[in-house]
Amino acid sequence: MTAELLTDITIFVLALLVGFEVISKVPATLHTPLMSAANSIHGIVLAGAMLIAVTADNALGYILAFVAAAFAAMNVVGGYVVTGRMLKMFRRSRAPVPAGDTPAAVNGQRTGGRA
Amino acid sequence: MTTFHWVTQLLYVASAVCFVLGLHLMNSPATARRGNQVSTGGMALAIATTFALVVHAGTVTATGWIVMIAGILVGAGAGLYSARTVQMTAMPQLVSLFNAVGGGAAALVAVHDYVRLAGATTGVPESTTIPTILDVLIGAVTFSGSIIAAGKLQGVINAAPVTFRGSRAANIAAAVVGVGGGAYMIATPSVPVMIIIILAALAFGVTMVMPIGGADMPVVISLLNAFTGTAVAMAGFVIGNWALIIAGALVGASGSILTKLMADAMNRSLRNIMIGGFGTGDSTPAVAGPGGDVRSVAADDAAIQLAYAQKIIIVPGYGLAAAQAQHQVAELAALLEERGAEVSYAIHPVAGRMPGHMNVLLAEANVPYPQLKEMEEINPEFSRADVALVIGANDVTNPAARRVGTAISGMPILDVDQAKSIIVIKRSMGHGYAGIDNELYVNPKTSMLFADAKSALTDLIASVKTLVG
Repeated sequence: MTAELLTDITIFVLALLVGFEVISKVPATLHTPLMSAANSIHGIVLAGAMLIAVTADNALGYILAFVAAAFAAMNVVGGYVVTGRMLKMFRRSRAPVPAGDTPAAVNGQRTGGRA
Repeated sequence: MTTFHWVTQLLYVASAVCFVLGLHLMNSPATARRGNQVSTGGMALAIATTFALVVHAGTVTATGWIVMIAGILVGAGAGLYSARTVQMTAMPQLVSLFNAVGGGAAALVAVHDYVRLAGATTGVPESTTIPTILDVLIGAVTFSGSIIAAGKLQGVINAAPVTFRGSRAANIAAAVVGVGGGAYMIATPSVPVMIIIILAALAFGVTMVMPIGGADMPVVISLLNAFTGTAVAMAGFVIGNWALIIAGALVGASGSILTKLMADAMNRSLRNIMIGGFGTGDSTPAVAGPGGDVRSVAADDAAIQLAYAQKIIIVPGYGLAAAQAQHQVAELAALLEERGAEVSYAIHPVAGRMPGHMNVLLAEANVPYPQLKEMEEINPEFSRADVALVIGANDVTNPAARRVGTAISGMPILDVDQAKSIIVIKRSMGHGYAGIDNELYVNPKTSMLFADAKSALTDLIASVKTLVG
């Protein structure tokens, strides 16, 4: 057991407590965007995936680097974009509807994405 | 430590600060967008810092650069496409998919490190072995479990609990192999054993999620989210990166809190949910009449009731989302508001397929968020409501939950039966997930409008418009 491991455990436990403290204040209305935001944050694993390349020097290493980078990049990019798209929908008051009929009545449904 | 390493570590700390602030800003819909931007900024900083570290190391081969950049481009493209095209009703699947790839990537980071160290003369230090084992186990369970969850939500895999003879035994066997193999690896570093425990963990993930029904998905997704965070934190332990440890811990905390909230909202323990729920899923078409008279009503009469009500509370459930009728309900509400009624929405914590799902669906349909009320907030208001309009919600409105000795006893419910009158839009008298009769339907104050949510709402809109003249 090393001193580094002890430091790492300390950081982990404190971050966990900060997480509990901050997240328990999020209202139920925002739980889906919260989960999606948390999802984007674990996209930080992209940093780990990139660092694989530093020591990769054989076929297995390259395959792992590629798959890990692809997985993590999908996680991080998709997570932030979809969270932003969702949060843009939360409005305090009804958005003005263009003249004529409501889009909802015309199309039946929208994907809501102009992103 | 060189100056370069000092600077990179401080930049990682700065990005961790951004993540915490970003999550903190999510405590109100007014600041949540800024929160996401702050968090994105932190992520950009962390990735840029990592890029600098990779360049500085100077050991990346030409092939290494190509595979890394190609991987990032492929993944980013897939992520961007899915994030932009996904329907809001399909959010739970997408979140599950991101959990899967996040957990998978975290496991692969540890796999690479372990294989490299096992081949080196120095061997694998003990302080790396334990996080590696935890990372590959949790990461692999998350990967396969999340893919099964996404498949169930998408309807590719049967959403009802799927069990076969010996499925429990298979699940336990996978757990035993995973944990036993992990213990062996601590004593004797071995790459083949690591592959065995990865396979066992993948099997465990599949056999864990298969027996879980669709209505329990909010709990499962939250739990897998917590798993992903933990796996990422373990990857941080393996490669000694604080950014991964902090970010992973934050996600682990968020997932744990949501798991607990969802389980509490169903009044079920996590153990009970994981072992397999009661009922056979949420699509039981069984037509069973409860003991009592059910009053059926036509859309025209229901529309009159609504049009002359002062205070209306809408109770949306998953049936509304399944019928893709959130836009119709928003249109009806807007129409009634124009006539001077006060309309609000009572949202049960488990309305939908992930925590807070119904809020997003209604926000998409242009419902202002101040109208979306949480259970504790709206329950005292039901007694003042002229009409409670229940659409596609069942068990969460059943007064039987207040008595002891029923399948849903103790489950927190919306006090719909306190309203002066109640209209329930429902396709049939079929049971909800708990498989029991809903006593609300035989309440003398209740009228049942038997129809699909979308067509019923369309009829109601038309009738109210005619009344307005």
